[in-house]
Amino acid sequence: MVTLTAPESLETAVTAEAPTVVDLSGSPVRSLNQALHNAADGQSWTVANPGGKHSLAVGINADVSVTIDGHAGYYAAGMHQKGTVTVNGNAGVGLAENIMSGSVHVKGDASQSAAATGHGGLVVIDGNAGARCGISMKGVDIVVGGNIGHMSAFMAQAGRLVVCGDAGDALGDSIYEARIYVKGTVASLGADCVEKPLREEHIAELAELLAAAGRTDNPADFKRYGSARNLYHFHVDNSTAY
Amino acid sequence: MCGIAALQLRNPSLHPKMGSLLSSMLCQIVDRGPDSAGLAVYNTPGLLSPGRSTLSLLGRDQGMTTAALTAGVAALLPSDAAAAVQVVGDTTLVGAAVGTDLLVKAVTETVPAATIIGRGEHVAVMKSVGHPMEIAAHHGLEAMAGSQGLSHTRMATESAVTAGGSHPFSVADDLCLVHNGSFSNHATVRRNLKREGVVFDSENDTEVGARYVASRLQQGDTLEEALVNLGNVLDGFYTLVVTTADSMAVVRDPIACKPAIIAETEDYVAMASEYRALAGLPGIDNARIFEPEPGKVYTWSL
Repeated sequence: MVTLTAPESLETAVTAEAPTVVDLSGSPVRSLNQALHNAADGQSWTVANPGGKHSLAVGINADVSVTIDGHAGYYAAGMHQKGTVTVNGNAGVGLAENIMSGSVHVKGDASQSAAATGHGGLVVIDGNAGARCGISMKGVDIVVGGNIGHMSAFMAQAGRLVVCGDAGDALGDSIYEARIYVKGTVASLGADCVEKPLREEHIAELAELLAAAGRTDNPADFKRYGSARNLYHFHVDNSTAY
Repeated sequence: MCGIAALQLRNPSLHPKMGSLLSSMLCQIVDRGPDSAGLAVYNTPGLLSPGRSTLSLLGRDQGMTTAALTAGVAALLPSDAAAAVQVVGDTTLVGAAVGTDLLVKAVTETVPAATIIGRGEHVAVMKSVGHPMEIAAHHGLEAMAGSQGLSHTRMATESAVTAGGSHPFSVADDLCLVHNGSFSNHATVRRNLKREGVVFDSENDTEVGARYVASRLQQGDTLEEALVNLGNVLDGFYTLVVTTADSMAVVRDPIACKPAIIAETEDYVAMASEYRALAGLPGIDNARIFEPEPGKVYTWSL
């Protein structure tokens, strides 16, 4: 049944206690996203029966709280600008792609390219994330409770990636900047990514990120990785390579 | 893109629902490849029966009446083979109580132009060009029972949109392979297989994968070993599902560009390109859902 509230009646229909329920078993994703684009700060929304549909809750630009009650498909919470999106399930490819600020929290696993090109905000994945997590991240903070796949933080430019499990091959390949913290093992480091000392300020930063993600891991158990900055400049010894 | 939906039923009480479950999965992946489709069903009463081989021929029209085809095939087989022909949608199924080699010989002598798209005691393969849901309806998938099923919606990239180019490719008894992706060195592998005497039906890159797996299985590989070897020989981006008389396997290339998601319960194991194809399966809320690791071969047996 569709319980989608028409935008013009939102003010009377929505209260802080009662989230507006959008049941996607009988309502198109386009209506959900349009209603979320028309939403006002402080509203709460629940998406029922998401059924792995694509592009759920994309482009939110108000301080709303959206709960997706089930599994989301591709590009959930993409281009997220404000507010919070919580997925009570798994998320498909391209979760929170190009997130600008606000937060996105997945209680299950996320597929490939989570938080790709994110400029800001916080993305929390309680389970595992697939390959290329945080690819080309540009300022987003990502906290993954489980493992991440290969080529994560590829060409990362800014932001922080925290992994409480293990990381796959080629972590941080061709990384410019961004700080990576991994508690478990790293299968291999990519080009120009190196382990760096975990100093007091990093422990403090990590503690803050873990707390923001609702986690209780000990920051001292992590290792820090980042750019060796050898790829920043043209090196004459490599001239014959071009 | 291409879409894959595959289902292996562990609980025999679900067998009557195989077709309707597979059909509901297929309907969610049509967007991924609407140009053509293929279906494979295993141990489906009415189409297949134990002790009899069945050949799936492309097309409903083999250039002669069903009676003439039946008589032509029967005349070339022992008298107790009880050859039978039935047309299902755009597919002609020829069955007889003989081995597949003998049946293939009888069919190709009767209809030299026939394209055999499936063979074995346990599998029927159906393919066509057009909207995948119409193809499924035309073949009556919804009502089919069975132990396993496989479907593929194709977005052609490496060869033409023809029924023959649709997946699955079934090139050895009860073996089916479907593919999302492309093999970049299929021409080289094809040449090598041809040199070993393997004969090809199409220009499709997926057929190379299927012929390679069949060749490895013939040389004594297990299904898992054959797919590990495939990973060493065939280059490209792919997610593959391979089924045999009693097994199902999933493997992705080591870079894992092509999607795959698996749901496992006590009653079934299901694989699809996207979660939304699995969303309607019974007990999905309590299933173990995961994405297969890159380069790792997963197998399940009935």
